[in-house]
Amino acid sequence: MSALLEMRSITKTFPGVKALDDVQLTVKEGEIHALVGENGAGKSTLMKVLSGVYPAGSYDGEIHYDGKLAEFRNIADSEKQGIIIIHQELALVPLLSIAENLFLGNEQASGGIIDWQGTFQTTEKLLRKVGLKEAPTTLVDKLGVGKQQLVEIAKALSKEVRLLILDEPTAALSEADSQALLDLMLELKAQGVTCIIISHKLNEVRRVSDSVTVIRDGATVSTMDARTQPITEDNIVRDMVGRDMAHRYPARDRRAGEVLLDVANWNVWHPEHTELQVIKDASFNVRAGEVVGIAGLMGSGRTELAMSLFGRSYGRNISGEVSLNGQKADVSTVPKAIAAGLAYVTEDRKSLGLILEETIQRNVTLANLSGVSAGGILNENQETEVAEKYRSAMNIRTPSVFQRVMNLSGGNQQKVVLSKWLFAGPEVLILDEPTRGIDVGAKFEIYGIINDLSAQGKGVLMISSEMPELLGMCDRIYVMNEGALVGELTAEEASQERIMSLIVTE
Amino acid sequence: MAVAETTDTEHQAYGIVDYLKGHLREYGLLFALIAIMAFFQIMTSGTLLRSVNITNLLLQNSYIIIMALGMLIVIVAGHIDLSVGSVMGFVGALAAVMIVNHDLPVMLTIVVCLVCGGLIGAAQGYWVAYWKIPSFIVTLAGMLVFRGLSLWLLEGQSVGPFPREFQMLANGFVPDLFPAGFGESLAPIFEARKVNVLALGTGIIAAATIVWMGMRKRARNKAYGIIDEPRSFFIARNVIVGAALIFIMFKLATFRGLPNVLITMGVLTIIYAFITEKTVLGRRVYALGGNEKAAKLSGIKTERLTFLAFVNMGVLAAAAGLVFAARLNTATPKAGFALELDVIAAVFIGGASMSGGVGRIVGAVVGAFLMGVLNNGMSIMGIGIDYQQIIKGLVLLAAVIFDVYNKSKQG
Repeated sequence: MSALLEMRSITKTFPGVKALDDVQLTVKEGEIHALVGENGAGKSTLMKVLSGVYPAGSYDGEIHYDGKLAEFRNIADSEKQGIIIIHQELALVPLLSIAENLFLGNEQASGGIIDWQGTFQTTEKLLRKVGLKEAPTTLVDKLGVGKQQLVEIAKALSKEVRLLILDEPTAALSEADSQALLDLMLELKAQGVTCIIISHKLNEVRRVSDSVTVIRDGATVSTMDARTQPITEDNIVRDMVGRDMAHRYPARDRRAGEVLLDVANWNVWHPEHTELQVIKDASFNVRAGEVVGIAGLMGSGRTELAMSLFGRSYGRNISGEVSLNGQKADVSTVPKAIAAGLAYVTEDRKSLGLILEETIQRNVTLANLSGVSAGGILNENQETEVAEKYRSAMNIRTPSVFQRVMNLSGGNQQKVVLSKWLFAGPEVLILDEPTRGIDVGAKFEIYGIINDLSAQGKGVLMISSEMPELLGMCDRIYVMNEGALVGELTAEEASQERIMSLIVTE
Repeated sequence: MAVAETTDTEHQAYGIVDYLKGHLREYGLLFALIAIMAFFQIMTSGTLLRSVNITNLLLQNSYIIIMALGMLIVIVAGHIDLSVGSVMGFVGALAAVMIVNHDLPVMLTIVVCLVCGGLIGAAQGYWVAYWKIPSFIVTLAGMLVFRGLSLWLLEGQSVGPFPREFQMLANGFVPDLFPAGFGESLAPIFEARKVNVLALGTGIIAAATIVWMGMRKRARNKAYGIIDEPRSFFIARNVIVGAALIFIMFKLATFRGLPNVLITMGVLTIIYAFITEKTVLGRRVYALGGNEKAAKLSGIKTERLTFLAFVNMGVLAAAAGLVFAARLNTATPKAGFALELDVIAAVFIGGASMSGGVGRIVGAVVGAFLMGVLNNGMSIMGIGIDYQQIIKGLVLLAAVIFDVYNKSKQG
């Protein structure tokens, strides 16, 4: 079997971060190749290089596709060659029909007039191929995530795909939908489509893939071929994690005090689909000096839990009780939640955490402007002093606090968000994916900051998709699945297997 | 030693270029204003900067500048208000009906009109802030509604004239506080018939204050190690601004003195510049426009702030309506027609960003003034209204392209 794709020595740097470092990836014609690695290891970046999102010239190394040197300048270029990516966030237009979505940008038309009959016929053929029983005129809006995923695959098939790339295709799917999707992948393979699957779910990887490439910290660690030797999950995990825990997470005195935050019977409904209950009767607590984790899959309701707590920033018909320091607390609006001693560090720092156009100084003081003003009038000297204080305390690497936040790297931006919330003086910080999209060095620094907070007696509630991070940092871990807290583990009890089994058995 | 010196000058040269690149927009606006004024000064053979014309220029543009203050805040907050021209006309009509048709006292009318403007702003802001209806739509509706209401209120007629007391709002001048003899004794020095000492004094004090505040800020920046503008730039800028201010005031002093409107405009500009740059309230408006979701999650009451921005705009549009009616000495159903576009143009020429979060009061005022000079200069030259519109349109486009270009280069 010859190689359809060879990516040789791919190196890609962003300002301040080396995202990919001499990565090798070889995919043989007609196989299903799994690409695994922790979040932030560089899988998505590699796929963006492959598909031309980062055009030829913006990275070092060579891509050989179908025996030729390929230099894609944009996605259209790579699609022309039959390379199609289906992203984690689906790229369908919700208010258009399945047929319209399938041929978006590739309309079946002559002289600009759309041939609807042809469109519908082809659509039906494609839908049969992916096993989706829906009318071509159905609006995508009306489909569940699993079916939308199938529409995406049908769309790829309509473009005569040779290399199909699926980025975490089953992350948001139910078990049954996932199985159906994996079966479809095997069927496509039988029809000669080559596939790259990016996934965290190692059992799925093992089930469908012929070979596995593991990426860690932007570099290729290993490539395993299931046809020559059986692949075990242990092997994959060992290569994914690499270093042992002790060196990845700074040590901390674990000393939990009184209960700081206590949440009882928290219920939240979806803001639009009002019949959908997003958080189901969640009860948990965080003690002073404690780092408490919430584990769970994407879409399990972790962010929704945090945001609904923080001034009802998410959801409707919210009910339940919140106590801070043993006192019932009113957290019904963001200002009240801040006043009660809560802070929420968002998972989406660019769109929810920062004002990118503004300076570091102005971002740091935003949540506590009364701390740098008197009678509503700002004291800019004081403001600068505050910003400088956090710059050195957090080691924000920047020439000055008057630098715009958009010019900072992800890790430094995250430190600005953390500074903002520390300056607001909270008792309990909810950190939602605090290390998402930042490099390993900055991660270590963020862990250090979290440890400092706990040493100061603050409570930290940490939401993370990276299980090793939770295991390395937390005193206790709550496991969340489909909106409910399905288990609680102490640091000693917790392991990836126990967490996964709690998620699966529910 | 020689080596060290070379590197030092090199460093400084790099600093100047770098600084200019980073602040091209601000200097660009100042340069553009100077260039346009010089151009028209030559083309009108000196008419542009004659005392009477400068006085006219200020009076003509006063209502645009007053509304630009409110519009800047609305635009920084990430919205737009298309209704201000109509609201201005409506308030003028209301004032005319109250004073001329019903003989109500002037002071009462002014208060009622300002409150009415606030209520109009509140009525529009309510839908924008709490119902998330796009401001473009709400204020487009407002534009039609209030245009219609002015027609209805005036029954299609022009109503006037106003009593002298009301006209003073726009056409009055502040009496010289100093005895007439003092001004007359100064007059020969400037080869003028008379000199209004108050106006001249105000100019000198204002210029001195600006320089003093600039120096204070510079000292502060230095203390915190901010890369500040090179000394030569600082001096040049302050000399130009200070001299221009004194020059304008001198021109006013040799005509009829300080117009009442100038005082209103000046005081309002200072108040709004202070609010936007030095207060918590102002900072929050910028945060709201910069990233509404992040602002909200930082504990800022974004809805209330949006609402207040529109209330404020309504009050300022009402104030502008009073000044406009007083200046024309009559209220007509056409008053303020399409004026919202001049106001919005002034704000964007002044450097505000369409997407919100960026813009300064001083920029909006200079932008309005720049448009005013263009109008005035072209009118004196006798350029037809057709070309005037074309040129104004192109200037607006050029200013915004310049902005976007600058940004993409920095980005």
